Amino acid sequence: MINELETYPSDGAYDEMFTTNGEARGCCASYAKKLGNLQTGELGRRQTSAEHALRNMGITFNVYGHADGREKVWPFDVLPRIIDGNEWTQVEAGLKQRIRALNLFLDDIYNEQDILHDKVIPEDLLASAGTLRPQMRGFSPAKKVWCHISGVDLVRDADGTIYVLEDNLRCPSGVSYVLENREVMKRTFPQVFEGIAVRPVEEYSEQLLKTLLQCAPPGTIAPTAVVLTPGSYNSAYYEHTFLAQQMGIQLVQGSDLVVENGYVHMRTTQGLQRVDVIYRRIDDDFLDPKCFRKDSCLGVPGLIDVYRAGRVTLANAPGTGVADDKAIYAYVPEIIKYYLDEDAILQNVPTYVCSDPKHRQHVLANLDKLVVKPTNESGGYGILMGPQSTSEEQAKYVELINANPRNYIAQPMLNLSTVPTLVGDRLQPRHVDLRPFVLCGEDIYVMPGGLTRVALTEGSMIVNSSQGGGSKDTWVIDENSSQAPQEPPQSTATDSEGEQSQSQSQS
Amino acid sequence: MLSRVANSVYWLSRMVERAENVARFIDVNYNLTLGDGSPFVNQWEPLVYTTGDYDLFKKSYDTASRENVLKFLAFDRDNPNSIMSCVMSARENARTIRETITSPMWEHVNRFYLMLRNAVNDSSILYDPVSFCTEVRNASHTLVGTTYTTMSHGEAWHFLRLGRLLERADKISRIADVQYYLLLPKAEDIGTSLDVVRWSALLRSNSALEMYRRVYGAIEPNNVAKFLILDRHFPRSIRFCLIGAQHSLMEITGSRPGTFRLRSEQLIGRLSSEFDYMSIEEIIDQGMHEFIDDFQTRVNNVGNAIHEDFFTVPMRVE
Repeated sequence: MINELETYPSDGAYDEMFTTNGEARGCCASYAKKLGNLQTGELGRRQTSAEHALRNMGITFNVYGHADGREKVWPFDVLPRIIDGNEWTQVEAGLKQRIRALNLFLDDIYNEQDILHDKVIPEDLLASAGTLRPQMRGFSPAKKVWCHISGVDLVRDADGTIYVLEDNLRCPSGVSYVLENREVMKRTFPQVFEGIAVRPVEEYSEQLLKTLLQCAPPGTIAPTAVVLTPGSYNSAYYEHTFLAQQMGIQLVQGSDLVVENGYVHMRTTQGLQRVDVIYRRIDDDFLDPKCFRKDSCLGVPGLIDVYRAGRVTLANAPGTGVADDKAIYAYVPEIIKYYLDEDAILQNVPTYVCSDPKHRQHVLANLDKLVVKPTNESGGYGILMGPQSTSEEQAKYVELINANPRNYIAQPMLNLSTVPTLVGDRLQPRHVDLRPFVLCGEDIYVMPGGLTRVALTEGSMIVNSSQGGGSKDTWVIDENSSQAPQEPPQSTATDSEGEQSQSQSQS
Repeated sequence: MLSRVANSVYWLSRMVERAENVARFIDVNYNLTLGDGSPFVNQWEPLVYTTGDYDLFKKSYDTASRENVLKFLAFDRDNPNSIMSCVMSARENARTIRETITSPMWEHVNRFYLMLRNAVNDSSILYDPVSFCTEVRNASHTLVGTTYTTMSHGEAWHFLRLGRLLERADKISRIADVQYYLLLPKAEDIGTSLDVVRWSALLRSNSALEMYRRVYGAIEPNNVAKFLILDRHFPRSIRFCLIGAQHSLMEITGSRPGTFRLRSEQLIGRLSSEFDYMSIEEIIDQGMHEFIDDFQTRVNNVGNAIHEDFFTVPMRVE
């Protein structure tokens, strides 16, 4: 057993790899054995080698507000997070169910609004959602798909239950890092893969392209898809280039597109060329200055007219954000029940919606125990972590909530699960979350695993890469095939530094 | 391909080629200053003329010492034509079009940049720039090779080649200009052994010495000029660059040989065919400096026409 593993402590959270008495969980058994056979220092060497590869490959994310070096090398931890294949099958079913229901919900609220008439969701809650787009009323996108690409954040609490923390239905990012993490892992630490049946993530780009083309405007022969980016200063730019490259389609900016004769075209060296599907990575507000924000120069004037005429597909559809509003989130189990007549497979975190007077009262009385979140923000902004807050901060949130109850929800503080992570030359438990990516076209595809983000600071639950979070390769392992006995890996140190040939990624 | 992307691709290769040529300038000059008693010791000022940035240099540096000139040419980020600035600009272009270039290409541009970032802190380069210049040249060559072998030879590739060859043609002309000025100051110097050393250095800075010898044997100023300007087969001769650039342009537009539709095609076609039917005697009679001055203006015009024809197309459906 390598030294790094001997002193692995447990801090009361659910550890994804070890049980409380220090045994490796079933799905992690083969891997733990391989780990135990490594020489002391080997993990550190692999970690260095992985960082070197990421740097040379230029796998970076942008940090705003730094004139020089705004690109940071993607933080990656060389120990994977392992998920049991059987458990994953359940998660996958839950995600598919969720996205199916949310698509039906979106199509309903922008059209018939049955769910409001049946009073499953309070009408004013929907009407007051900042992400509702009245411009989309009476419109259904091709194949009635609204959220083509979703990233659903999952966490595991101390009791071992996996909860949906939030749905990201607008421009969820991070998938390129999943693919790059896998690539880097295979290059720098191939021994650990041998004999372990890890479900592949590599087909994601193929599936994404398929999904986009399936949802092209009806009747389009040989549709052209593009990725629309706000440009190289966007924090997710790496991902935009990566996805365009992997799919073999053009990466365009708003200024590359123009509406002519009722269609969207891109400006090429040979003149204008028609575009049928736009995987847009810019927010609704910036898509079309004629329809949304007038001051936006990122978008394409007239785009929404073409869209509403059914001559171009936007993925995701404008207006999907209303379904990932954090107050609407509280109703997703009811939404699933209403449209599918099924119970939700994946649980929601218990959520108090402050616009509900009873809930609000409870929240205001228990601010020191709850996590309060603004409903329309993403990326961890404006959150009050009750148990860690001062009484001044709590007083400020009392005011904020009373002034605008619609804008807040509250949830109990979860104790996120941990995964062994290399810190210095020791393995330490560090808290993680998980963002699987779901593609919805004619069928629903769920990437096996997803992006595991890890809070690198001891005890911290903040996993955002902009705030010092890291990432891990995420393995969904089918247990049976991973039981095959393997020889201990040769602990050679042939650095693969000289042979990197891959590119790209963001946050 | 997208006009914006074509523009970035074109400048990506131009900037890498520019960086390579600055390294070549430094290298040949350093070579010339080696050896005691040479009148060229500490002749670093002409180097700043070569790149055309003398005024900018004077703003930040009082003397044209070796350290100052090397700093200015290699690392100064206020100098848009320093090796560092060129490679940063190339990398920024590459970063915005990562989906168009291949992963190995991106990785080489990125490594090139990382190498320079390390080199900035290595003050020994200011005293011994040779291995640094070699590294820069190799990095540029690696990118050319990686591009050649990993990217489809389609439109983007031809824009890359076009940018690179136009840049190279311009830089060869600058080298020839300054070195000619430097090497022919006094009639009595001609034919001395020192002369051969200097002309050899000029050829070496273009990696041209061996190829020159195969064609002409002995080093003779007019033949050196002829080789660098008019040779049809040597990749660092102006004529070679023009032939290649014209070829890539025609591949992009699809025009038939001897015809043109765009102004850029017309300008480069005319320039290239003049070189096809030119003799070195005519050039020397006209005056090397005058000839090169005129050439540089015309290359600039080609560059401007390319911008108008491809990168700022009026946007109408055709």
